[in-house]
Amino acid sequence: MRLAPSLGGPFREANWGDRALHILTLGFALSIFALTALIALALYRNSILSIEKFGLRFLWGTTWDPVFEQFGALPFLFGTLVSSGIALLIAFPLGLGVAIFLSELAPRWLSDPIAFLIELLAAVPSVVYGLIGIFVLVPWVRDDLTPVLKKTLGFLPIFSGPSYGVGMLTAGILLAVMVVPFITSLSREVLMAVPASQREAALALGATRWETTRMAVVPYARSGVMGSMFLALARALGETMAVTMVIGNRPEIAASLFAPGYSMAAVIANEFTEATYDLYLHALVEIGLVLFAVTIVVNALARLLILAVARKSAEVQV
Amino acid sequence: MSELKYRFRQAKNYVMFSITFLCTLLTVGVLFFILGYMVWHGASSLNWDFFTKLPKPVGEPGGGMANAIVGTGKLLLIAALIGVPVGFLGGVYLSEFGRNNRIGFLVRYATDILNGIPSIVMGIFAYTVVVLPMRRFSAVAGGIALGIMMIPIALRSTEEFLKLVPNSLREASLALGIPQWKTIIRVVIPTGFRGILTGIMLDLSRVAGETAPLLFTAFSNRFWSAGWLQPTASLPVMIYTYSIAPYEDWHRQAWAAGLVLLMLILFVNVVSRLVLRRRLAMGV
Amino acid sequence: METETAILTQNLNAWFGRNHVLKNVNMQIPARRITAVIGPSGCGKTTFIRCINRMHELVRDAKVSGKVLVHGEDIYAPGADPVQIRRRIGMVFQKPNPFPTMSVYENVAAGWRLNGDRRADLDEIVEKGLRMAALWDEVKDHLNKPGTSLSGGQQQRLCIARALAVNPELLLLDEPCSALDPIATAKIEELLYSLKQTYTIVIVTHNMQQAARISDFSGFFLMGELVEFDRAQKLFTTPANKLTEDYITGRFG
Repeated sequence: MRLAPSLGGPFREANWGDRALHILTLGFALSIFALTALIALALYRNSILSIEKFGLRFLWGTTWDPVFEQFGALPFLFGTLVSSGIALLIAFPLGLGVAIFLSELAPRWLSDPIAFLIELLAAVPSVVYGLIGIFVLVPWVRDDLTPVLKKTLGFLPIFSGPSYGVGMLTAGILLAVMVVPFITSLSREVLMAVPASQREAALALGATRWETTRMAVVPYARSGVMGSMFLALARALGETMAVTMVIGNRPEIAASLFAPGYSMAAVIANEFTEATYDLYLHALVEIGLVLFAVTIVVNALARLLILAVARKSAEVQV
Repeated sequence: MSELKYRFRQAKNYVMFSITFLCTLLTVGVLFFILGYMVWHGASSLNWDFFTKLPKPVGEPGGGMANAIVGTGKLLLIAALIGVPVGFLGGVYLSEFGRNNRIGFLVRYATDILNGIPSIVMGIFAYTVVVLPMRRFSAVAGGIALGIMMIPIALRSTEEFLKLVPNSLREASLALGIPQWKTIIRVVIPTGFRGILTGIMLDLSRVAGETAPLLFTAFSNRFWSAGWLQPTASLPVMIYTYSIAPYEDWHRQAWAAGLVLLMLILFVNVVSRLVLRRRLAMGV
Repeated sequence: METETAILTQNLNAWFGRNHVLKNVNMQIPARRITAVIGPSGCGKTTFIRCINRMHELVRDAKVSGKVLVHGEDIYAPGADPVQIRRRIGMVFQKPNPFPTMSVYENVAAGWRLNGDRRADLDEIVEKGLRMAALWDEVKDHLNKPGTSLSGGQQQRLCIARALAVNPELLLLDEPCSALDPIATAKIEELLYSLKQTYTIVIVTHNMQQAARISDFSGFFLMGELVEFDRAQKLFTTPANKLTEDYITGRFG
């Protein structure tokens, strides 16, 4: 049985031109792996002094003192996680609410342009958000929001202490605005992809539109919605400029949200050019390495969830 | 009793959807607020000087950001030299050779992950690889950081637009006796060209606004930077530096620069959308 | 009336992965006649003609075995270059697919230009191709307009002109009229009728009336097998095989 070659296989093309183009383009595609590996390697090699000196204590050390060569990253981890946490706490319900409105309620001619406008929010550069943050958000938090919070919830430790406007809360709010488009855009897409039959089944049972949305539509799209949250989280974790402009840049861990703080990306941005000796620089690079690792893991998770959604909808299409 | 329950459910329905409407209003409102505020504060400070003059010595009012505008242009040029070939050719692979195989899947996954790496980490990478050996800040270092950031988006968007080219065109060409590589180069790519170009423009506009990776690669410069191996001013870094400084005049200029940057980016985004009608602004 | 054989298939088998879509097809297609390939959906008729110009193997996991002799030459012989073979065999697809970035002129000339052949007589080649496709009069003043600006029927004739411009030895058509209105269909059928003086034509069609109208010979496929092959007149009036008769009288399909 003589077989004709299957052109789906690698490098089995009949002529040299096809093979050459295949190899050329494959080479460039594979460079992604090389690049990621190179980045990891460069980060590791340039943080080695700090890794060797502090080991794992680096991650829970609370002192960041370049003068006495003491480097502990906990304040930054704390700041990054708390500000991102606040951001997601605000952005997730908000973004999901918008997504629900756009997918379940708004007619197509309204939903598409609004979705586009919200995507434009994602195109605004971080430094512009920072600009608005410094000159608009900070005064607003200090003068308008703080008194209200103190009057109503001032007994809570998270709202204790003086408020200078810059601080964890402000950073969290600004980050929330920056990541809402990610949650909205992706959630809207997966919600719209839920088959009409799901909605119809619920409605036929006598459910209201809202009950349908809550019990039939959103759970069906659950993986995609979670995926959007992780994507937003990854984005918030790595956000640099806007955060450093409003977080206060003080490497301290405090209970109050009004207190100034610091984030991993912000300390790198601020102190990198001030690092006058090697250990200092390596400590900063090590923070970069931690950031690198954390965002990779969160992103990998987000992508897996999104893939799961794609697979599911492909299966359902009978 | 069930009548009451039903009324309650209807009310809840109304309330919840009203909330979602308010959320939408709020979010869209924020966008218009940012735009409006930027225009209000920045437009008054935009003048001929801004585009043509160099920054004045620290503390002196006046001057402009001509060097930063040119600097951003230089950085984008270098970034494009790196990001476009790699992204474009990689995207050709994924669409024309790697649609259904293991390698294609892994490359896609890795690209999406690379995309999520914070820009400041890219800055550190460029610092260790370019600035340290060269012992100086340079446009090249900044351009490399931005170029690497361009790759994942250029790659995925090229792939997406090439996949949009209908298979029947490939078949028509192959059936004429045109080999696959010529089919790709002379039929598929030209057909998808408009989309690919738009994707690259969007990609460029995105990295044009990046500040963090430039802070310790291109650094900054209060004068013109000759050539490619000097510290180079850029619009985003200027905005940052000026906004955190204590001078009112600098704040004014920061608004102007912010407005210019924002307008540029929004312009590219809106035009791209008009040209294409696809969801691209986010690079997700 | 004796006719020479243009295409001869011997034990032609084809697979999509594990799916055996063509089973031992032995068929003799005469030269300079119109041969129609008919059968219900999924019977393998499209796969069959795609095996003739070696397009089938472009799909992932596709396999072919057996011999296909075009004018006596086995196109699946070990050293055969599929690219050259496709050049010698023209194909027109179900949906018209002119190249959108090219004008009418450039579309017809595509077979030469995309291959880097810069011929001095390209103008004549284009005109000849368009005349053969009965499209010249309609487009001769609009040669620079985009290929996609023509109507559906015109686009399909443009694709025929494009295929003919490279002087193929035979012409394969895969349901060329299924996306066209009856008037455009009639024009193409008329065109094929005139082309058979020069070219061997194999046309896949699910429209039995069309097959009965224009073909000289017809082959009936069912589930990957060639059930019956005969002169069209005989096959459509007094088919030898009961399955053929059932299909033609509409009992299934």
